[in-house]
Amino acid sequence: MEDAKDVVLNYIIEEYLEEEDDEITYDTPLISGGIVDSFSMVSLKRFLENKYQISIPDDKATPEAFDTVNSIVALVKSFLG
Amino acid sequence: MTNIGSYAERVKNFDWSISEKELAFKDGNVINIGWYCSDRICQLGMADKPALLWENAAGREKRYTYDDVRLTTNTIGAFLRGLGIGDGDRVCLFMDKIPELYLGFLGVLKIGAIAQPLFSAFGDEALRIRLSDAGTAAIITQRKHVAKVRKMLDQVPHLRHVILVDYDGRKPLRDREVAFSLEQAEPVQELEIFPTKAESPSVLHYTSGTTGQPKGVKHVHYALIAQYLSTKWVLDLQPDDVYWCTADPGWVTGTSYGIIGPWSLGVTQCVLDAGFSAEAWYRFIEKHKVTVWYSAPTAIRSLMKAGDDLVRKFDLSSLRHLASVGEPLNAEAVVWSKNVYGHPFLDTYWQTETGSIMLTNFPGMEIKPGSMGKAFPGITATVLDTKTYEPITEPGRVGLIAFKPGWPSMMRAYWNNEATYQAKFRNGWYLSGDRSSIDKDGYFWFTGRDDDVINTAGHLVSPFEVESALLEHEAVAESAVVAKPDEVNMEVVKAFVTLKPGFDAGADLELNIMNFIRKKLSPLAMPQEIEYVDSLPKTRSGKIMRRLLHAREWGEEIGDISTLEDDE
Repeated sequence: MEDAKDVVLNYIIEEYLEEEDDEITYDTPLISGGIVDSFSMVSLKRFLENKYQISIPDDKATPEAFDTVNSIVALVKSFLG
Repeated sequence: MTNIGSYAERVKNFDWSISEKELAFKDGNVINIGWYCSDRICQLGMADKPALLWENAAGREKRYTYDDVRLTTNTIGAFLRGLGIGDGDRVCLFMDKIPELYLGFLGVLKIGAIAQPLFSAFGDEALRIRLSDAGTAAIITQRKHVAKVRKMLDQVPHLRHVILVDYDGRKPLRDREVAFSLEQAEPVQELEIFPTKAESPSVLHYTSGTTGQPKGVKHVHYALIAQYLSTKWVLDLQPDDVYWCTADPGWVTGTSYGIIGPWSLGVTQCVLDAGFSAEAWYRFIEKHKVTVWYSAPTAIRSLMKAGDDLVRKFDLSSLRHLASVGEPLNAEAVVWSKNVYGHPFLDTYWQTETGSIMLTNFPGMEIKPGSMGKAFPGITATVLDTKTYEPITEPGRVGLIAFKPGWPSMMRAYWNNEATYQAKFRNGWYLSGDRSSIDKDGYFWFTGRDDDVINTAGHLVSPFEVESALLEHEAVAESAVVAKPDEVNMEVVKAFVTLKPGFDAGADLELNIMNFIRKKLSPLAMPQEIEYVDSLPKTRSGKIMRRLLHAREWGEEIGDISTLEDDE
């Protein structure tokens, strides 16, 4: 899933970061760090569902599960089997 | 003992002069909120008392005493004055919850300019609309948000200065940009405070309506009289309290009760500049020994979802009083908070236009979970019949929440929009746009909005603004936007769209449209669901029938469609 990490990281950089934002890593706090807010999390969830053809139930799409690229990829992985 | 003591006694003997006397204000005097929240507190002997305990998601901390607040706000005021900013100029504060936002707000007020705080998650189009309407002269922002300003700079020729508070010198400044560092600036010991009077404009907050563009709600310095007293009586702030208001000063709660209220009382407040995380919030309360906590139903419901076990991992015993604002607080959340924190969240009701709390559950009074409580002393509140606009006298009947005009923090105008302002008043009442009933004991019970405005997580979103932005997407032919019920946010935005020929309805396009709105307007305005339809229901004259779509989303009886077709 190394590739997935880059896919998610690049998507977040492309969609949620402003040009002057600091760089982010796989472990940068996204939700608690204020980079992705709870409303924008919905579009990030939708991206993952479209990209990986999965359905993430709302009770699994928690701020904690979406807080870093690593945790997001772990979540996605759990649905890919 | 609570500050308010007996509610009944306060109502009986109320006069706004109670607040005026405590603030040593007399009619005709200078009244400047910036001075009241800093210099005056120092003069009262609290110069060394902590005013702001700030930290961010990365764990960085800053601490300001009241004397620091006095000096830094002087310094910001002097800097702005040096740029030629002054009396009546609008200065936009477009920042995350960093100290410069809080201090900048007071600095702007000290020089007689008007503070125009805007939520930093707003996209470039939302920003442009609000700066254009206000004719804003300067914007104070951060590197991370300046791209949005640059994008629409050509369309706001009146914007003379773009002030960057964290410029690092790595890239050259661009057109109209100027750097200002609070940490490096020479502190200004003495600043001539602009002699604002009671009716001098102070704050311009933008709010959304059903139709038309966002409205700039103009407040005046005299609003302090109501904000001070309501903070004291409703939030019950006392000298030793550590207060945490979770609201962002981009919205009215964050200024009325996140800056003005606590600092005019000389109370210590703390600020967490981070996204939501139940664990981080509890850790913050534990660390700072927060005693009074003012938050929002969406956050409270999110904390409920995070579970009771998490609460037990932290020592939250410092908490003594909790209050909530933004949307109606459901009874379940009130009961839950009493069980897990030992104190219930008390609901408060007010609006950008009212400037201060209007209806509330007071500390010490009997709480009816799910109710908004009773009117603040000095506020005449009622519900009006929707047709006659006469007060409803029978308990339990739903009507329009209305207030008798004349309280100190009532808005004085919608910026550039006198007709809409006048339309807010009928039969001598200010119309809130919300509906409720009043029970036999005088408690108000919220039932819903009286218009199509969407209340999502306590923030108002205009369906018109979202529909207009949707039409700018290359694939969208027609759009209709309504509220959709949501367990956590109460309501979220849902869009119905018809597509132009050549575009295929699908998940990728839906995501593309969502992101388009998120960046253009804000994450709050982003539709969380988009439904593709072949056509939208319309009236005979061709207007889209939002109410029909809304009723379907909420499972309400649609009734006779032919009536709707006629009356919209």
